[in-house]
Amino acid sequence: MKSFTDTRHNPWVTFTLRRLGRLTVSLALLVTASFAMIHLVPGDPVRAALGLSASPELVEAREHALGLDRSLPDQFGSFLTRLLHGDLGESIGAQMPVADVISDRLPSTMQIAAIAFATTIVVAIPLGMAAGVLTRDGRRRRLELAFVGTTSVVAVFPEFLLAVGLVALFGAQLGWLPVALKEGPESYVLPVLALAIGPVAALSRIVRVETLRVLDEDYMRTARAKRLPTRILYLRHALPNLLTSSLTLGGLMLAGLLTGTVLVENVFAWPGLGMTMVQAITQKDYPLVQGIVLVYGTLALLINFAVDVLLAVTDPNSTIRES
Amino acid sequence: MSFTQRLGRTLRTPLGVVAMFAVFALLVVAIIGPIFWQDTADRVDTTAIGQRGSAEHWFGTDALGRDIAARMLVATRLTLELTLFATVIGAVGGFVLGTLPTVLGARAARLVTALVNLLIAFPTLLFVLFLAVVFGVGTYGAVLAIGIGIVPTFARLVQNLAASVAGADYVSAARILGVGRFRLIVRHILPNIAEPISLFLLQTGAGVLLAFSGLSFLGMGVQAPDYDWGRLLNEQLNRVYTHPESAVGPAVAIVLTGLAFNLVGEVLSQAGGRRGLRPTPDRDRRALAPTPAGTTSVTAAGGAGADDGEPAPLLDVDRLRVTFPGGHVAVRDVSLSVAPGEAVGIVGESGSGKSLTALAVAGLVPYPARVTARSITFDGVDPTANTGLGTSLAMVFQDPMASLNPALTIGRQLSEVAEVHLGHNRTQAMKRAVDRLRAVRIPDPEHRSGMHPGEFSGGMRQRTMIAMGLMGEPRLVIADEPTTALDVTVQAQVLALLRDVRETSGAAVLMISHDIAVVSQVCERVVVMYAGRVVEELPTSDLVTGTAHPYTRALIGAVPDMRTDRRLPLVTIPGRPPAPGEDTSGCPFAPRCEFATDRCRTEEPVLRGTDTRRRVACWHPVTTPAEEKTKSP
Repeated sequence: MKSFTDTRHNPWVTFTLRRLGRLTVSLALLVTASFAMIHLVPGDPVRAALGLSASPELVEAREHALGLDRSLPDQFGSFLTRLLHGDLGESIGAQMPVADVISDRLPSTMQIAAIAFATTIVVAIPLGMAAGVLTRDGRRRRLELAFVGTTSVVAVFPEFLLAVGLVALFGAQLGWLPVALKEGPESYVLPVLALAIGPVAALSRIVRVETLRVLDEDYMRTARAKRLPTRILYLRHALPNLLTSSLTLGGLMLAGLLTGTVLVENVFAWPGLGMTMVQAITQKDYPLVQGIVLVYGTLALLINFAVDVLLAVTDPNSTIRES
Repeated sequence: MSFTQRLGRTLRTPLGVVAMFAVFALLVVAIIGPIFWQDTADRVDTTAIGQRGSAEHWFGTDALGRDIAARMLVATRLTLELTLFATVIGAVGGFVLGTLPTVLGARAARLVTALVNLLIAFPTLLFVLFLAVVFGVGTYGAVLAIGIGIVPTFARLVQNLAASVAGADYVSAARILGVGRFRLIVRHILPNIAEPISLFLLQTGAGVLLAFSGLSFLGMGVQAPDYDWGRLLNEQLNRVYTHPESAVGPAVAIVLTGLAFNLVGEVLSQAGGRRGLRPTPDRDRRALAPTPAGTTSVTAAGGAGADDGEPAPLLDVDRLRVTFPGGHVAVRDVSLSVAPGEAVGIVGESGSGKSLTALAVAGLVPYPARVTARSITFDGVDPTANTGLGTSLAMVFQDPMASLNPALTIGRQLSEVAEVHLGHNRTQAMKRAVDRLRAVRIPDPEHRSGMHPGEFSGGMRQRTMIAMGLMGEPRLVIADEPTTALDVTVQAQVLALLRDVRETSGAAVLMISHDIAVVSQVCERVVVMYAGRVVEELPTSDLVTGTAHPYTRALIGAVPDMRTDRRLPLVTIPGRPPAPGEDTSGCPFAPRCEFATDRCRTEEPVLRGTDTRRRVACWHPVTTPAEEKTKSP
């Protein structure tokens, strides 16, 4: 750890500390909100979960077990204490600790999110760059129109509709790929596609604009004046200059991509956190919903924080995030 | 541009018509759908349960035998209503939260901004799901959840817009005049941000529609027996394997509606703003026509260089033309030659075509400009063909701050030249790079070659550019305004270095500058350009006394020296050069020339050699006084 006086000279340490502060406040807000949720829901949450036929004794016993009969500050205190020990309470529906349910389901969600993210980066950057190179300086207007048109249409498709379309096409019509459950590598294909197609369209569109900006820079003219082979011109001289901003925007999409799993998992009956969350909401299993909201929220905040700090380290002059 | 004007312009584009028609059709279906098809949609038919699509039931029937197509039409109204409600909630909430910082005191304002920042850090979907749980699963819960869910995004937009307007002079003026805060928002800020906000609202509407469908699809929005498109999709999803059309129908309705909203927003915002790069309209009609008039001038010029048994020129440009789409001719029949080892300067004001001439010689003219010439030869090859040039031609550009790649080290940017063109391996190439950096007097080149351009000063970067040119064996160095971006002492160093390079390497130099004083420090011969043409060519030694063209005279007269009376204003050339595409019949300089006659205004003067070393394009060249002529050789 650097000493405090150091921070004054190193702008990105100051920046990181400030972002760390913001992250802490955001996490505090998230924890408070998820605690408050169970008290904000309309009606009696325990009664709702157990059903109208449950005996008053059972409801009372359950409320006592959840600590709902104690005072609010008291409850919040013990909520925090338990949270620090990794205890997220007991799921009403599954009759097992929320933490166990989450650790059982989270990996499946992380897998498709991570694969979809990697796919997005690997596909969108070359695609956007190629489009930028081909349409530079107003060349090939028709290709430009087709690219911008297609990507902007695809980018507004919500994941769940893409998922339904993919199921209808590849699963039902062509019968090429499995359309539900997590069974073998092929079962990953459609969920990952459903998650990645939108971000690929959005990111490749941005990469194209970035490519056009970079190709217009004076240093690209210098590189052309050196009569370098096309490959070196684009890969060595253009690519590094558009990578930072592209990766940043890609990273910012990761948080949205992660929550997109909620919808996609429900289409494909993917045994992840998202499907569990929707089930928990419809079953009014509030402790479980609480835990999942906490996990999703924390992951999203951590991702954004990591992207911010990475960007500050790699490109101290960047103003992308400070706009 | 007013909104109605924008609307009118939008309706004249095909895309605009499609978008507007789509929205109109949606509204009609939303209004009449429940009136006409409600009965069909609700009719339970146990004889037709779960049928596939047919002429009678386009998208088939559901589990109770109800017609899905009719249900989709009926659901249009509820879907759009819910979208509208949620959007209104989000817009009002976002507007209040967004304008609060402007109304509140500084501390409260910071608090509100911080709150918005905190909320915006969470993914919208997660926020909406959380709110949906809190408000209870169902139609109203979903409307509230989505409405409030979009508040942070909306508030951020309004905040940014309001902040940009609040800084404007007229708002400050209103504040000084004591206009109240509320009045300030309603009268001064709101009208100025209404337009971007209304466009954003359309796009938000599309997002809300999709989000709502998503919630209903998850079973957390509209509950049976009510139905919107998302609910229909939810009910039909398990049949996607058997009768995909019944699930795809509602999905397509959602997508098309979302697209229509987006399209309207897009088209409206584009109707007002600029639509990409459009070539300037063709006004310079003369430029498109063949130019027989120019022929004589070039023949004369070609003749001037060929005789006297001079060595074959290193660079020979014959009637170079750079044309932009639309017919604007930026460089017009420029002929130019540079002998081996010679230093030639091209001077002229901005827009005279001097930089384009240099770029054309190097084959670097930016698309979509077109380069034509009777011939360009450099060292025996055509440089515009971009082959075989190798390293014999080096370029030094105007802005050293922007001309080096910020992502690569200095050493790498130099060494790659040797790797590509000289076949060096990495170590050899880097050794040569360090050696070249030392040659341009970069201190500690071993260490500095590992640095990035950001760590170099402007002068060091320009010297690096020169070193880059020296990586090969340049026979010509083209320096395009090499000192313009540098301060005076650094300018002198760079010029000295250029002279030095010339001496040690024997390379010719073609130097482009607007500054006649800079050119005369390095070059033996000066070519003066005006409005894309060469107007005069003469030895540098004749600049002070032997100029023949009134423009060159005026340029020299505009350079202050030690004897200039500092109490007088600096000398300028009255008038301005012709704008790009401006049609000039006759001499382009005539409107600014004190010697211009009627002939100058109607007939363009051709470039003629006055003696072997000079050429001038003027009907009334200034005759050099006799006593001074004896001094010139």
